[in-house]
Amino acid sequence: MKDNTRAKAFFAIPYISWLAVFVIVPIALLVYQSLTNAQGNLTLANFHEFITSDVYLPMAFNSVFYALIITAITFVISFPAAYVLSRLKHRQLWLMLIILPTWINVLLKTYAFLGLLSKSGLINQLFATLGFGTHNLLFNHVSFIFVAVYLELPFMLLPIYNSINEIDPDILKASRDLGAKPVNTLTQLVFPLSINGIKSGIQAVFIPSLSLFMLTTLIGGNKVMTLGSAIELHFIVTQNWHMGSTIAIVLIFAMAVTMYFTRERGKRK
Amino acid sequence: MLLVMILLYIPIIFLVVYSFNGGTIMSGWGGFSFVHYQELFADTRLLKILLDTFILAISSATIAAFIGTVGALFLDSLQNKKTLNTFLSLNNVLLVSPDVTIGVSFLILFTILGFSLGFVSVLISHIAFSIPIVLLMVLPRLREMDNTLVMAARDLGAKRGTILSQIVIPEIWPSIMAGFLLALTYSLDDFAVTFFVTGNGFSTLSVEIYSRARQGVSLEINALSALMFAVSLLLVFAYYLYTTYTDKKARLTK
Repeated sequence: MKDNTRAKAFFAIPYISWLAVFVIVPIALLVYQSLTNAQGNLTLANFHEFITSDVYLPMAFNSVFYALIITAITFVISFPAAYVLSRLKHRQLWLMLIILPTWINVLLKTYAFLGLLSKSGLINQLFATLGFGTHNLLFNHVSFIFVAVYLELPFMLLPIYNSINEIDPDILKASRDLGAKPVNTLTQLVFPLSINGIKSGIQAVFIPSLSLFMLTTLIGGNKVMTLGSAIELHFIVTQNWHMGSTIAIVLIFAMAVTMYFTRERGKRK
Repeated sequence: MLLVMILLYIPIIFLVVYSFNGGTIMSGWGGFSFVHYQELFADTRLLKILLDTFILAISSATIAAFIGTVGALFLDSLQNKKTLNTFLSLNNVLLVSPDVTIGVSFLILFTILGFSLGFVSVLISHIAFSIPIVLLMVLPRLREMDNTLVMAARDLGAKRGTILSQIVIPEIWPSIMAGFLLALTYSLDDFAVTFFVTGNGFSTLSVEIYSRARQGVSLEINALSALMFAVSLLLVFAYYLYTTYTDKKARLTK
């Protein structure tokens, strides 16, 4: 089968045309749009505006800052949880229970928080009975971060769990027998040995956090602007596709930087 | 750990519980009632969108499974490692790209081609972003495959088509199915890409919930999510049964 060129072409054509039309051309179009103005002339004005205007750059930093917070919180929750999970008896069942919520439509889960956090919602009722009074929980920075953490949590937890699970239990036993405190075992053994899982977790949480845009409208009440919501704004509302494409290029650039810093280094064992 | 579990399930349980609320908002309790389920089944627009969403998911996953498998067969036949790696990195572009950028770049593509936005543009987009995941599921299986059987068949005079349909496809079938299922969940869960490439006439569940949620809470959506949750539970259960069954069969035949 391998030497027949006609058979090879039969397999190659659909796949290569897909690569050309839906991978290479869209990126090229995005770059082209970002480098042109409304008259269709080639220009760097969009990027110049991005850097010099007092709107875009602070917005981008803000978005990165939020994504960092979201990533940090999911990590702080996920790392101990993944460690505990790896020592539980019915691991498969627990794992299934963590994966199951990811099967529910993201929009439905987001929608649930509209009810949970609303003025007369469950959380506020709880606050009221505890004597804290009711608060405006929706449409602010905190609710945005909270719901984002909720949505991204499984994507941090699962890769970390997978890499912790691969650690040879004998190593952990040895460290205990040699008198290491549990904290030291965790920070000096489990953490470095699961670093690849942590890196993929960071990738899986940080990049989507930069581009979340339905959360900023539904939960953040437009008080939070991410790169994603800025793109949506330019494409749907103001119809300035050139600036929107410029922001999209910046987002791709941010993604590439993240991938670079979280790549797997060497194959140390 | 337990706290994480509770946190993960509170919103879902909350949605399900309130779907039985006799009142109209997600607070207070107007007594147990099925009224929102009745509303749901009377809402033909929402039911049509639900049906469209499933048709879209099944057809895009099927086509993506086909093209992805064909692509994997092609990549498997490549001898040059450098070419293979180039193809693999191009393959992964859509997997790692933020969905917003995929959405807008497809929107530009369709607009420039003069393609009208609607079911077909959404279908094409879903196929496009599902192909790489199918390929990544199928390719490792092809590489692991024992080639002696293929060689033996060739020596015995089997035609290429016969080898493919009798040996290769049955061997990689489980990974094609896994790719299909993943593509299915990608399609069902997608919001951002669909949001950009859909026109006025066509809507999927995610986009519909987004526009309804912007207008406020309606317990009909709760009833819908309760049903969706039940369906996913069933699917997980079916998948669990399927894997334990195939495991058992594999062990018996070995």
